[in-house]
Amino acid sequence: MILVVDLCFKPESLSRYEFVDPIAGIVSRAGVEHEVVHFSELTDDLIERADGIILCGTALKDNIYAERIGLFSWIDRINKPILGICAGMQVVAAVFGGGIVPQPKIGLEWIEIIKETHLLGPPREIEGYHLHNFGVTLPPGFKIVAGRPGQIEAFKHAERPIYGIVFHPEVRNRWVVERFVDLG
Amino acid sequence: MLLGVLFSGGKDSVYACKRAMETETVGCLITLVSENPDSYMFHTPNVRRADLIAEAIGVPQLNWPTAGEEGAELSDLRDAIAAAVDEYGIEGVVTGAIESVYQAARVQRICRELDLWCFNPLWQIDQLEYLKLLVSEGFLVIITGVFAYPLDESWVGARIDGNRIRKLEALQKKYGINPSGEGGELETFVLDGPIFKKRIEILKAARSYDNYRGHLIIEEARLVDK
Repeated sequence: MILVVDLCFKPESLSRYEFVDPIAGIVSRAGVEHEVVHFSELTDDLIERADGIILCGTALKDNIYAERIGLFSWIDRINKPILGICAGMQVVAAVFGGGIVPQPKIGLEWIEIIKETHLLGPPREIEGYHLHNFGVTLPPGFKIVAGRPGQIEAFKHAERPIYGIVFHPEVRNRWVVERFVDLG
Repeated sequence: MLLGVLFSGGKDSVYACKRAMETETVGCLITLVSENPDSYMFHTPNVRRADLIAEAIGVPQLNWPTAGEEGAELSDLRDAIAAAVDEYGIEGVVTGAIESVYQAARVQRICRELDLWCFNPLWQIDQLEYLKLLVSEGFLVIITGVFAYPLDESWVGARIDGNRIRKLEALQKKYGINPSGEGGELETFVLDGPIFKKRIEILKAARSYDNYRGHLIIEEARLVDK
């Protein structure tokens, strides 16, 4: 089961249709069972049952998740594939000691993949949709997979299957979610 | 949260409005009235009749004129949204964007500039599933414009129902048509739905069609009790 975690400002919000349902839809069309839960309603049982966990993005003005990083301390305790998307990447960075820094970007831009991983494949350029006011600094124990310091597009834990991507894969890059589902 | 919905009277803006009304408060509908029939950003056929839908669902409407020229349209949209903030105190904007990165990114930038929330509750929705939802939830949607091969004259003025959705599904497979018209193949107008307190009855309409391009222009219409 893939656990799709909603990071939006409240459960069942209007943003859910935009940032959570498209990701859950990709998982569903890949033929994989999934459950959707708001971050404020996560339980140990759900985390235990998940084969992989996706932390979804949020609206540009929605930073409430960043004020409640303590609710995500479980990320460091489990050894399962995790994919943080945009806001989800910020959460992963913060949990592992990285920073959340102002870095606004909206629209399609080219992304340079610099390191081969199971998630993004070999080094090359892809075009990705960006919608964020904040980016991240690299947490200790992580490597940059795409982009560069000061403009990290994707990172991965050096040893564990924990990934973060700042772009939104539901636009033109659904294959990223499909590949993540295969990791589980 | 008090929101303004970018509103054309087509199915996408009406359904986005319906979703917004379920979780937040819709304070106004914002309609850009374009003088350019090939507007880059704004749905144009029958947009002047969107006032009837606003009245039918009981939400105030802010009409804002635009010459419909690329570039200027965006500053007109920004000015319209800013006027909605001043007049209705909205804290965010709702759009009916489904896949258009062009449209969505531009509205997102305007919202960031004005420090507003931005919601796109149809974003990346499966287009066929979406059309089925419209029908199953009781929206009466008619096609008011066709702009692609092989959509013939029978589509002009047709109601979107199960039969039309099956035809669109077949055209999607054979010709790559976007079934909800996201690629500009179709334009629509909504006559009734679950958020309508009254329904719209068309009294007089002008139909035109030539070479896979057709319109149904609503000339006279009225609200009637349901």
